[in-house]
Amino acid sequence: MATTTETIDRPGALAPPSLSSRAKARMVSALLIAPLVLFLTLVFVLPLGGMLMHAVENGEVGEALPGVAAEMQGWSGEGLPPESAYAALARDLKAAYGEPRLGEASRRLNYERSGYRALLSKTARSVRGIDRPQAGWAAELTAIDARWGEPATWAALRRASPSLTPYYLLTALDLRMDDNGSIARAPAEERIYIDTLARTLWIGFITTLLCLVLGFPLAHALVSLPRGFASVLMVCVLLPFWTSLLVRTSAWIVVLQKEGVLNGLLTRLGIVDAPLDLVFNRFGLYVAMVHILLPFMILPILSVMKGISPSYMRASASLGAHPAVGFLKVYLPMTLPGVGAGCLMTFIIGVGYYITPSLVGGARDQMTSYFIAYYANTTINWGLSSALGAILLACIMLLYATVGRLIGVGRIAGIQ
Amino acid sequence: MSSPTRVLHYAFCCVMMVFLVGPILAVVPISFSSSGFLSYPIPGLSLQWYEKVLAASGPWLPALRNSLIVGTGAMALATLLGTLAALGLARNDLPGRSFLLGLLIAPMVVPVVISGVAMYFLFARIGLTASYLGLILAHAALGAPFVVITVTATLRNFDTTLVRAAYSLGASPVHAFFTVTLPLILPGVLSGGLFAFIFSFDEVVVALFIGGPEQRTLPRQMFDGIRDTIDPSILAMSTLLVGVTVAFMVLLARLGRGTGSKPGSNA
Repeated sequence: MATTTETIDRPGALAPPSLSSRAKARMVSALLIAPLVLFLTLVFVLPLGGMLMHAVENGEVGEALPGVAAEMQGWSGEGLPPESAYAALARDLKAAYGEPRLGEASRRLNYERSGYRALLSKTARSVRGIDRPQAGWAAELTAIDARWGEPATWAALRRASPSLTPYYLLTALDLRMDDNGSIARAPAEERIYIDTLARTLWIGFITTLLCLVLGFPLAHALVSLPRGFASVLMVCVLLPFWTSLLVRTSAWIVVLQKEGVLNGLLTRLGIVDAPLDLVFNRFGLYVAMVHILLPFMILPILSVMKGISPSYMRASASLGAHPAVGFLKVYLPMTLPGVGAGCLMTFIIGVGYYITPSLVGGARDQMTSYFIAYYANTTINWGLSSALGAILLACIMLLYATVGRLIGVGRIAGIQ
Repeated sequence: MSSPTRVLHYAFCCVMMVFLVGPILAVVPISFSSSGFLSYPIPGLSLQWYEKVLAASGPWLPALRNSLIVGTGAMALATLLGTLAALGLARNDLPGRSFLLGLLIAPMVVPVVISGVAMYFLFARIGLTASYLGLILAHAALGAPFVVITVTATLRNFDTTLVRAAYSLGASPVHAFFTVTLPLILPGVLSGGLFAFIFSFDEVVVALFIGGPEQRTLPRQMFDGIRDTIDPSILAMSTLLVGVTVAFMVLLARLGRGTGSKPGSNA
């Protein structure tokens, strides 16, 4: 493949190709890669970029209530806004009455301050009949609802007006902007996302650790134990690897549940009196996740171990090292690139899990992915869903870049 | 290794073998049970759960059909684009090669729930949700890295002097590709395609977001079944799928590549 068209004219030529033919060859390479790069850009990179935008996008209020949104930009934010802002709000509400964009703006404002949705629809209904208020719009609106006389109502409108907002990212980090514009922690009962992220990373960490502790000796057995035994072992590693995730998840539920196979066995043997809670909790989640992720740890370690010549260990033994010392000082360091790749893959896949926790975990074992899906699907809050996704993605990319730099992207992919 | 350590190593391996395949095999007999209880002992044998799963009026056959449609489409697209890209990468003359490789395998490292939600947001705007095309495009994008990796690994062992020999005998690059290169890397291309197919066949997160009721795939049908109440018909379907897996492993071993990166993982 590396040959250029030039060699056709000079059969068997050994001279290096000229510069122009090298440029031509490079062009061919680029044309070969281009379709996939273009395809992934459109179907993968573009959606991810869009998702990151959703995390900060804030067009709803500006679209539905453009006049008052502009007024809010010019207002200092102290006390109550000038009469012109009240007038603009009344104009905007009349114009947007009954249109879906007003509903979107209400929902957005409701995130900032609960009750805003009702306030807006009540006000929009009332101002329709008023053409020229006698005492001015400020007095008129405050008469419709006293909340228009409260600075907090206007502070919320001001926060929600710009076309970009830190609101979703702050919420995803359990922070919020208070009425004075400074960043504070969310009230204790609303702080859930940092805990969820910490739990996600913790579950990923424990799963990776368990996979390493169990996977390393298994990988070593695959290269060191006799061929026959090792190939049976290999089939046992690969069968679950290739079995559908849902098949494995349902199998674990059937084995571990209260009336399940394992509890039946344990009670029949008299080991336990009452069935144990083995699934729909953290224990069941770890069991299922380790089962699913173990091959991702074993295979990269195995591919590195296969490349380590036994003569290194013989050399260390002939120089007088105890086998344990030789293992720790000679063998182990050589396996580290495989261990790194295995840990990275296991951790990254583990923290992104959605299906398994939702099926075998309990209510307190849900991870960030659950909330990403929940806000995208159940309560339509794309901004918060995107912000949570962006934060999880940032954690993973940071790790990917660090480990990729240490051991190379090719090794993570298993092609080096 | 000294012999006690060795015995311990064997014992550990045996326990792990039970852990790895035990649960999968344990549910197989229950799928033949005459009762609906998901435990042992089995009161009697029957094929009722298989009849239920394979009934023409049931939800399972349309789901299987959808999975085959989406899987085939995604496989074709991913194999074509992935093989071309791997051929380009293997020529080793592009600047920023490791950046390109990083981009091409990125769909494998981004959690599927994130890519799935992101695609859902974009596809919803352009009317691609609840369509076969949307699901095929999404699965092809997420499955393509497996083709790139498998074909790249095959090309690593490819002897480029063969192509040079073809050129020196007067073959055009296109002719040389189809008569020399492609036949030699075909096992790699086929395994890559199989990986992409299996990825799609087992994928449930993207199917949850992008597929509509018309595109309900087999994994999605299973997901809903497991979430409600598991009955032995799920296990009958599982047993059939394990059979497919075994056939697939045999096929893959024939293609000469028993291990490798596995799709269908990011759930």
